[in-house]
Amino acid sequence: MQPKLLEVEGLTKSFSGVAALSNGQFALERGSVHALCGGNGAGKSTFLSIVMGIQPRDSGIIRRNGREVTFRSPREALGAGISIIEQELSPVQAMSVAENIFLGREPLAGFGRIDFRSMNTRAQTLLDDLHFDIDARALMMDLSIAKLQLVEIAKALSYDAEIIIMDEPTSALGEAEADQLFAAIQTLKAKGKGIIYVSHRLSEIFQIADTYTVFRDGAFVDSGAMATVSREALIQMIVGRPLTEEFVKTNTPGDEMLLAVRGLNSTNRVRDVSFHVHRGEILAIFGLMGSGRSEIFERLFGLVGDRGGEVVLEGRPIRLSSPAEAIRHGLAFVTEDRKASGLILSASVRENICMAHLPYLGAGPVMSSRREAMSAREMIAKFGIKTASDRLEVSGLSGGNQQKVVLGKWFLTEPKVLLLDEPTRGVDVGAKREIYRVMSDFASAGGAVVMISSETDEVVGMADRAIVMRDGRISSEVSRADLSADRLVHLAA
Amino acid sequence: MEVKQTVASGSEGDGGGLKRRFAVYGQKYGILVALVLICLFLSVANEYFLTARNITNVLRQTSINGILAIGMTFVILTRGIDLSVGSVVALAGIVAASLATTSSTAAAAGGPYPAVVAIAVGLLVGMACGAVSGVVVSRFAVPAFVATLGMLSAARGLTLLYGGGRPVPELTPEFRVIGTGEVAGIPVLVLIFAAVFVIAWWVLSATRFGRHVYAAGGNPHAATVSGINVRRIRFLVYVISGGLAGLAGMMLAARTGSALPQAGIAYELDAIAAVVIGGTSLAGGVGRVTGTLIGALLISVVNNGLDLMGVESYYQQVIKGVLIVAAVMLDQARHRRE
Repeated sequence: MQPKLLEVEGLTKSFSGVAALSNGQFALERGSVHALCGGNGAGKSTFLSIVMGIQPRDSGIIRRNGREVTFRSPREALGAGISIIEQELSPVQAMSVAENIFLGREPLAGFGRIDFRSMNTRAQTLLDDLHFDIDARALMMDLSIAKLQLVEIAKALSYDAEIIIMDEPTSALGEAEADQLFAAIQTLKAKGKGIIYVSHRLSEIFQIADTYTVFRDGAFVDSGAMATVSREALIQMIVGRPLTEEFVKTNTPGDEMLLAVRGLNSTNRVRDVSFHVHRGEILAIFGLMGSGRSEIFERLFGLVGDRGGEVVLEGRPIRLSSPAEAIRHGLAFVTEDRKASGLILSASVRENICMAHLPYLGAGPVMSSRREAMSAREMIAKFGIKTASDRLEVSGLSGGNQQKVVLGKWFLTEPKVLLLDEPTRGVDVGAKREIYRVMSDFASAGGAVVMISSETDEVVGMADRAIVMRDGRISSEVSRADLSADRLVHLAA
Repeated sequence: MEVKQTVASGSEGDGGGLKRRFAVYGQKYGILVALVLICLFLSVANEYFLTARNITNVLRQTSINGILAIGMTFVILTRGIDLSVGSVVALAGIVAASLATTSSTAAAAGGPYPAVVAIAVGLLVGMACGAVSGVVVSRFAVPAFVATLGMLSAARGLTLLYGGGRPVPELTPEFRVIGTGEVAGIPVLVLIFAAVFVIAWWVLSATRFGRHVYAAGGNPHAATVSGINVRRIRFLVYVISGGLAGLAGMMLAARTGSALPQAGIAYELDAIAAVVIGGTSLAGGVGRVTGTLIGALLISVVNNGLDLMGVESYYQQVIKGVLIVAAVMLDQARHRRE
């Protein structure tokens, strides 16, 4: 019997005392596609980063073709024939396909001159061999994302990789492009390569994979052949634990319609989106990354071009063409990435809290330091933000406290509708609960919450109603009575 | 006031050991400490340094660069840069001078006009230059470096076209007051500088516009989401920088008695140096106009000290270069520690 391409047993890894991976177990056969499944925080990324030599393991065994190995850097892993195609590709845009494939090991023609002819020929042979329809001399910036991935695959093979890890390779692809990728995967299989395929899209996994392994909460749950498992069973394994006391839900939706959106379109691919939310209601928008969820909020907040659509707040039609206008009408937008668009990291807690409410914290153009300080203190108390002083830089706070500063900034504007984009991403369990409490209280007090989330547990735990997005459109709506993790994953994939 | 509060609350928060407190002061006042030490050294080393006449002289020399540097502070706080200020100095200077000269060959038709008119027009010329740069940067998303590099060349060219390449001499005594006048023994140059400083300090620390400038530079995306019109702020800071460059240009012409088409060459570099030495981050969002004041004073004091000690001016340039880089290196080291 041939030894397995890759075999992992009992892999563990902790970060400052918290176990990210407590039992990583995995086996990859030659000429197969193996799906690695698990929710957020299941330990997949930690597992892969250890296999790729990016992080050292605490304990456990990794065997490559039956021999025990330790990789201290991605370079060593690559040398041993393991290659990864990242979710976010970072090619050198202004260089050609051939130059990218041979980056850092260009064939030379004497006097340190690069032998472009030999490089282009070799790259073209490689691409043709894989039946990829790509010109080796084309510039990377002129290629589609799908083609960029194919180039990455060719590059991996040029290193004689036997194991190719693909991390959410279809997250930015359309259907036709995904088919292109699947064809390439079949070619790789035929060549005896092993593919570790990471994806949240279950239909894809059933289409392309031969075997599966499920991780949950940092530990191996199960593995087997795809043919022997049902979709429902796989979802059960991924979602796992029952949801107890993780959520705080005290609100009950009222009858009065607070915000209604009809036929919303935008320049950033929101297509004919309609929904409404009542006073006291928490509405969840569920969908995969790239399904057009955040774009709805960007359109509502006037951050992108208006391509038509009607917005009605408290029975009156309103125009939302700039963030300032949206804020005046009582909308608040907690963005997905607080470091990129939620906070000014170099500014103080006070400055961040006051940022969206400046017109009301002074007389005319002159600010009142006293009112700014009072407002900041009020929000620090309301949300229990842990900071020694409101004059300290917000960058020194923990993720959960930073998120509470963002919430404080928006609550200061006394909003009617809270738009929350992944409000609990990257915050610990305790802070999560507090954020749920804030949402619940806000809705109970007569506000409306619209929350984007890709965590099924969170949607099931908090939402009164959920709409599911696919490709910029709403594909279905689920009421609280019918909400379940299985159903959400099923509808979105 | 603001500074003291921050320090106090900072040391409250961590228990405030003496060593720690020194470190905090060192961070906040590093450049000020350097300035004081240099002044102490010079007062001992040279008996002329601490005379009223020399101090007035230093302040007078600081005024024009200081005003340019204050405008530059606004721009750099928003992650921008204004390379055109030296050329705008010349253009505004020569246009204003042509309205305030008694020379029959250089005067604009109907001149000389009252100094107030000349000064108003000079300010408008500067603001107009800034407005053009501001539109190019904020509306057309051209990098500030490129946009203002273009203005640097264009404004210099316009200066030469306007005056036919000749200086404008024989300015009216009324106009010359802003360059040579004195009030209670204090040069008007210095008074104008002081007024600009106080207003800029107030605008940046006490007004909504000031908050917007810091936010637009600290994180333009977050500022936009929070309802701040970042484009408008980006536009306005160039108008401010241009207007202040116009003011500085007129002060320079009034001081020397004639407006020269080659005035202000490379002034942008000293202005940027003062801002950077003063601790304002080129990455935007962090900095104070008080730091810029200290930076500008430091440059003048070092120049003056080297003059007094008879150091050749060529060496002075080398020393200034070292000073700029050393100040930023210290700043970087501090950030890494944090």
